[in-house]
Amino acid sequence: MKMHYGFPIIVGLGLFIGLLCLPFVIGKGITKEYKQPELKLPANEKECIESKEFMRREHMQLLNDWRDWALRDGKRIYTNHAGKEFTISLQNTCMKCHNNKADFCDKCHTDAGVSPYCWDCHIQPEGLK
Amino acid sequence: MLEIALKGSKRYYGWIAFLLVLIGIGSMAYVNQLMVGLKTTGMSRDVSWGFYISQFTYLVGLAASGVMIVLPHYFHNYKKNKHMVIFGEFMAIAACVMCMLFIAVDVGQPTRMLNVMLYPTPNSILFWDMTVLCGYLGLNLMVGWICLEADRQRLPHPKWLKPFIYTSIIWAFSIHTVTAFLYQGLPGRHYWLTAILAARFLASAFCSGPAILLLVLKITEKFTTFQMPKDAVKTLVKIIMYAMCVNMFFFLLEVFTSFYSNIPGHMHPIIYLFSGAHGHHELVPYMWTFIGFAFLSIALLVTPKLRENHKLLPWTLCILVIATWLDKGLGLVIGGFNPTPFDTITPYMPTGKELLVSMMVYAIGALIVTVLFKIATGVKAEMGHSQALPCGCSTEDFCDCAEKAEAAAEAAATVEA
Amino acid sequence: MKNNRRAFIKLAGIAAAGLALAPKAMASSGASPVKKNPAGITAKRWAMVIDSTKLHTKEDIAKLAEVCHSIHNVPHIEGNQNVKWIWGAPYAQAFPEQENPHLAEEVHEREYILLCNHCENPPCVRVCPTQATYKRPDGIVAMDYHRCIGCRYCMAGCPYGSRSFNWGEPREGLDLSKLNPEFPTRMRGVVEKCNFCVERLAVGKLPACVEASEGAIVFGDLSDPDSDVRKVLRERFTIRRKPAVGTEPGVYYII
Ligand code: HEC
Ligand code: HEC
Ligand code: HEC
Repeated sequence: MKMHYGFPIIVGLGLFIGLLCLPFVIGKGITKEYKQPELKLPANEKECIESKEFMRREHMQLLNDWRDWALRDGKRIYTNHAGKEFTISLQNTCMKCHNNKADFCDKCHTDAGVSPYCWDCHIQPEGLK
Repeated sequence: MLEIALKGSKRYYGWIAFLLVLIGIGSMAYVNQLMVGLKTTGMSRDVSWGFYISQFTYLVGLAASGVMIVLPHYFHNYKKNKHMVIFGEFMAIAACVMCMLFIAVDVGQPTRMLNVMLYPTPNSILFWDMTVLCGYLGLNLMVGWICLEADRQRLPHPKWLKPFIYTSIIWAFSIHTVTAFLYQGLPGRHYWLTAILAARFLASAFCSGPAILLLVLKITEKFTTFQMPKDAVKTLVKIIMYAMCVNMFFFLLEVFTSFYSNIPGHMHPIIYLFSGAHGHHELVPYMWTFIGFAFLSIALLVTPKLRENHKLLPWTLCILVIATWLDKGLGLVIGGFNPTPFDTITPYMPTGKELLVSMMVYAIGALIVTVLFKIATGVKAEMGHSQALPCGCSTEDFCDCAEKAEAAAEAAATVEA
Repeated sequence: MKNNRRAFIKLAGIAAAGLALAPKAMASSGASPVKKNPAGITAKRWAMVIDSTKLHTKEDIAKLAEVCHSIHNVPHIEGNQNVKWIWGAPYAQAFPEQENPHLAEEVHEREYILLCNHCENPPCVRVCPTQATYKRPDGIVAMDYHRCIGCRYCMAGCPYGSRSFNWGEPREGLDLSKLNPEFPTRMRGVVEKCNFCVERLAVGKLPACVEASEGAIVFGDLSDPDSDVRKVLRERFTIRRKPAVGTEPGVYYII
């Protein structure tokens, strides 16, 4: 059976698949391998609220729980797995240690392509300009 | 059936392009509003809802009004409405979409709108309003589409659809009742705090909605072969007349209660709207136009001669639509906020940007109406339902104009011979 | 066969219930990782009594408003799209339905300090479609700005005009060099209002306006007969705003 419009269809399909794959080709060929961002960790502190792995994986969930606990349940003291207590506050706890948002939170987030909207309201340690 | 909407004349495509341009212009205003916030509107701390919410309220009425065609057909077996039903349902779809858009453009954080569903709150009427509006949209989409498709295949409407149709009829009352509850349950807003508000909303919906539908169908007749059955129009106009009378009656009840009781809170909003207060008279001309037009439209509708005058009817309907819009689309919301909780007046007028965004929503609605009505009239034309005859009647009218004309011609011929 | 199916359904049901409950249980029951700050002050029903014989000039109220607004980063915006947590108004505006043509001139001309009433039956909480505004067990009507969608239904619901909406970007109305770095600002598109200083109560401090009022505002637990507020309410004649709407405000005025 003869294929109607065979040529344009094949070319169109080829173009479509090519365009679809383009980002991957560019990603592999042009950009370099992914490197963990270099974070500026707090100078005088050794430990975070929870373990480093937990924080890496769960900090967004933790923050989400924190704000519900603080605002909705009125409970503003958090006890971590080691039994140490922290005041629940984004600005007054997290950011007191991580007082360089640009070289900590932002570095990771830029790489991961997330931009938490928290800073529309919460004041970053660097202050506002 | 969607393919019917793709095949059209130059004029049809021109109209659609025009609407798209309007939507484009309006969406620029909306993007601006998204970027800088609702400060682009004329709303304020005291008048915290404005044009958007009032248009929403008015359009819920339009959505509910289709029921005035559907109900006689299904509950009273009024066959004359058979080929009008689909237009009521399709209009309701467009109106529901516009309502939702008017809410969406009014909200300060539209990206968080899903919170209404993530944290369902049954004590909030807004939650119920969303529920009933979505439900009504779904019901109409389903019923309208399936019925039209069955028509096209010359099949009877499926039996299982009946319960949905009956539900949708009762649902129509619920959407406007719930919208009224949005207002009438608020303490301290005296203009709204009245048990009759829901009834008044329904009355005003059942006159203004069918009036808008009739006007749109009149335009549709101009551009398609579709022709409304004369009797169906007659019945609908009568419904409009009664609903408008009831609407104004309810309004007068409101006035009586406020002024005979002499309770300041109840009188103040009405005084502000109709004669001004604290040196503010912004709305006075509009509100008196409402009263004037309302009674003019009633006069034109209750006089049988004028009511049945087809040249006059569109004008009557326009006057009625303007009157109800001024009442419910303008006065209602502003009168609820003024006087403010501090017994002061904060005037409100929509800004140009606010009107542009509203224009966008209305243009989207018009686009939906255009496409849906194109499909519906296309199917009707294919089937030969409700088509225009040369004499100006509809095929559903069973008129004898043609025979009469033939007989007259014959008579003339015999006379000549 | 039948038995098997039944057993299966039962098991499936239990499993499903477990799945639904498990995250909650981990978060709240057993060893809860959170608690109240023991240094915080608590009450069953917070309330405020404002002595308008002491606090009644525009200047004094502006001073308190300034204190409140600066610690909560409340923006200053001109015009009727303004944001305010505390402000002043004359008698006719504060108590419009309790006016009387021959009211003592001095009472009539006083300026009254207005703020959220933290009602017993708050209409704003009733109407909020997302529970972004809610009543805490201690009577404070609080807001979760993270959840607010900005529908402004609460503003229509509030009979006291206590709520403000951020029509524009609030940071444009703030002096960014003088922010309180301990407290967030808000963003455009959310509603805000007085929070009875929950963040201060949580660490054992009285609300800022109370502290700055030099005794003109009394704050305490309404459910405790020995509290300061109850003592004042027993001894002095007080009124509340718009008693007819049944909201039971938690803010009382000594006239
Ligand atoms: C007491 C000071 C302190 C506080 C408070 C604190 N952090 Fe940390 N945080 C640290 C330190 C130190 C590290 C590095 C830990 C390590 O290297 O083991 C760290 C690591 C992290 C990491 C992982 C970084 C990486 O290298 O992958 C994240 C994410 C993080 N913190 C987020 C937060 C968040 C979110 C909060 C608030 C809820 C917070 N931190 C509060 C001190 C703190
Ligand atoms: C180790 C890298 C890393 C660091 C450091 C880090 N984050 Fe994240 N964060 C992420 C990643 C990756 C995500 C996205 C997770 C996802 O989308 O599931 C994220 C998501 C979030 C989210 C949720 C955003 C959303 O839109 O869902 C918040 C809030 C957040 N981070 C806050 C912080 C804060 C505050 C800090 C600094 C104290 C911080 N993060 C530091 C990697 C990091
Ligand atoms: C609309 C403004 C706004 C945004 C956006 C916002 N917050 Fe908040 N947040 C607040 C306010 C206001 C408080 C109340 C502070 C109080 O009562 O102590 C608060 C409190 C909190 C608290 C608990 C108490 C404290 O002092 O920190 C946490 C945790 C929190 N926010 C986390 C977040 C995170 C994480 C994000 C981003 C995903 C975020 N917030 C985005 C306004 C905001």
